[in-house]
Amino acid sequence: MAQATQTRKARPISPHLQIWRWGPGMAVSILHRATGSALSFGGLGLLLCWLGCLASGPDTYALFLQQAGSWYGRIVLIGISWAYFNHLVSGLRHFVLDIGAGFEVKSNNLWSAVSPVIGIVLTAAFWACLLAK
Amino acid sequence: MGNGTSVGRVRGLGSAHSGAHHWLVQRFTAIGNLVLTSWFAVSLLGLPNFSYVTLRDWLVSPVSATGLCLLIISVFWHARLGLQVVVEDYVHEHGAKFAAIAALNLAAFGGAGFGLFSVIRLALGA
Repeated sequence: MAQATQTRKARPISPHLQIWRWGPGMAVSILHRATGSALSFGGLGLLLCWLGCLASGPDTYALFLQQAGSWYGRIVLIGISWAYFNHLVSGLRHFVLDIGAGFEVKSNNLWSAVSPVIGIVLTAAFWACLLAK
Repeated sequence: MGNGTSVGRVRGLGSAHSGAHHWLVQRFTAIGNLVLTSWFAVSLLGLPNFSYVTLRDWLVSPVSATGLCLLIISVFWHARLGLQVVVEDYVHEHGAKFAAIAALNLAAFGGAGFGLFSVIRLALGA
């Protein structure tokens, strides 16, 4: 009986709405969708705000710079740049998966865990270059 | 009568009822985003500051203006496709799904139009 339980435990679990277990693969997948949605609303909203203020003239653009330079503006900018770099790296991971590579458990778990880390490193590097100017 | 060909048995299944073309265009626009947003990020880092005059002078250059216009088209297209999948996955009622995708299309085209107009206005001398 104990052996039967163990055999059952070792079998792969098919994910369903309520039956699943956290793993790196699903975490990076959820993060990809979440950052993609955040970029669609926040990132594109910010892009249009920036371009619209620029096109409206120096006075309106000064308002944009003022908001962007404030502490909450900085939080939004850093958040959106992180979402961008995260989505970029997990998107590159998707390209690898699309050609049928990287599905072995070991490498899939490894790259799922490494992708968000690379995203954070790129965000930090981007801001380091920006603030060093 | 058989059970149809293998493609015939699966065609129309899934929450969107179609998909290969959508899937491919999502990848094509992803490649566009990769190239154009990388260029944009490097360009921003290369600017001496973010003052109005610096950015206007940068945007007046035809290469910058073209790049930004292409970026706007690529990212809005990609976002539209991505959010469409999100809607199809989470909005199950047919009418609500139709309304959400209609609103998404209007927002994507409206947003991209506003962005393109802003770039062109700056490039042609606001």
